[in-house]
Amino acid sequence: MSNFKYLTNGLLKENPSFVLVLGTCPALAVTTSGINGVGMGAATLFVLVCSNVLISLLKNLIPDKVRIVAFIVVIASFVTIVDLVMKAFVPGLYSALGIFIPLIVVNCIILGRAEAFAQKNTVVRSLLDGLGMGIGFTIALAIMGSIREILGSGSFFGIKLLSENATTILLFILPPGAFLTYGYLIAISNRIKAKLN
Amino acid sequence: MEFIKIIIIAIIVNNVVLAQFLGICPFLGVSNKVSTSIGMGAAVVFVMALANFVTFFIYNYILLPFGIEFMRTISFILIIAFLVQIVEIILKKSAPSLYQALGIYLPLITTNCAVLGVAILAVQKDFNLIESVVYAAATAIGFTIALILLAGMREQMEMTKVPKGMRGFPISLVTAGLLSLAFMGFSGLIK
Repeated sequence: MSNFKYLTNGLLKENPSFVLVLGTCPALAVTTSGINGVGMGAATLFVLVCSNVLISLLKNLIPDKVRIVAFIVVIASFVTIVDLVMKAFVPGLYSALGIFIPLIVVNCIILGRAEAFAQKNTVVRSLLDGLGMGIGFTIALAIMGSIREILGSGSFFGIKLLSENATTILLFILPPGAFLTYGYLIAISNRIKAKLN
Repeated sequence: MEFIKIIIIAIIVNNVVLAQFLGICPFLGVSNKVSTSIGMGAAVVFVMALANFVTFFIYNYILLPFGIEFMRTISFILIIAFLVQIVEIILKKSAPSLYQALGIYLPLITTNCAVLGVAILAVQKDFNLIESVVYAAATAIGFTIALILLAGMREQMEMTKVPKGMRGFPISLVTAGLLSLAFMGFSGLIK
């Protein structure tokens, strides 16, 4: 049970979006609705878990000098798999996320975890770390997506909350709304962290 | 005329940071001072134009003829990482003063998602070689402008009293939000 803390680490204490502030580009860009946020989170989760496991398996084989390039190749391979799978099975979500699917390659969370965790730890721990970080990221995107969707289009995961002609705050599904929502969410998380300590 | 349109769209109407959310990490990371933002911006303009120039040939003369377009992501990211290394080595040997100025920003560019993003977008938009390079340079200039604007505001903000919980990232993000709101005013400029 001692490995359990590696799973929970990414959920709250080191949440990649709200505490570490990594992977900001997709967090801002795709969270125009709850479902897009969850889709992006799930794609990142898959890549993160697979690359963490593979890199911790290969950690003794990869020469230290070319490790970053090797990590990038591993990550890019999994991203290509996700890209092709999503294109085939969820074309709607694929076109909504657009350029940000191939850009999972340069998501700092994934390379960061490979460098800081997977290359030094066992396979099981890397798996749990990847799961925790990925789920933490997904939850963060889902929260952001839901807030922007409720305020901006008056619905929650596609379910209409308001009548047809109700006025919504359109700003929140436009780019400025992303910056504002994200800024205030980090401020809230800072406040909670300060209270807990 | 076509080029002017591409340039204006890339710099102000569809600003890479404020409307497309590419390259947010360096945008928030190095926008503390105006001088560092100019250095970072110059490095990005250089690498982005070069990356688009090279990826154009790789995509059209290697990936397309062999029918391996799905290798796009993996080959582009490796080329960008490789280019950054090469530029770093060449600058170090031939232009030490330029290297002094840009050196620390170059390694950061590999993980700048705007470079990969713009290379992929140029392929998706079916640009020809010149359009692709112009688009990349204009996008990078847009990035630099956004960076300098935010850095200027953050320098001013150091003098003001910001609430405790809002210090650091939150206030920068809210500032960027207002900047993005201002840039939305340009959205009707070009159809």
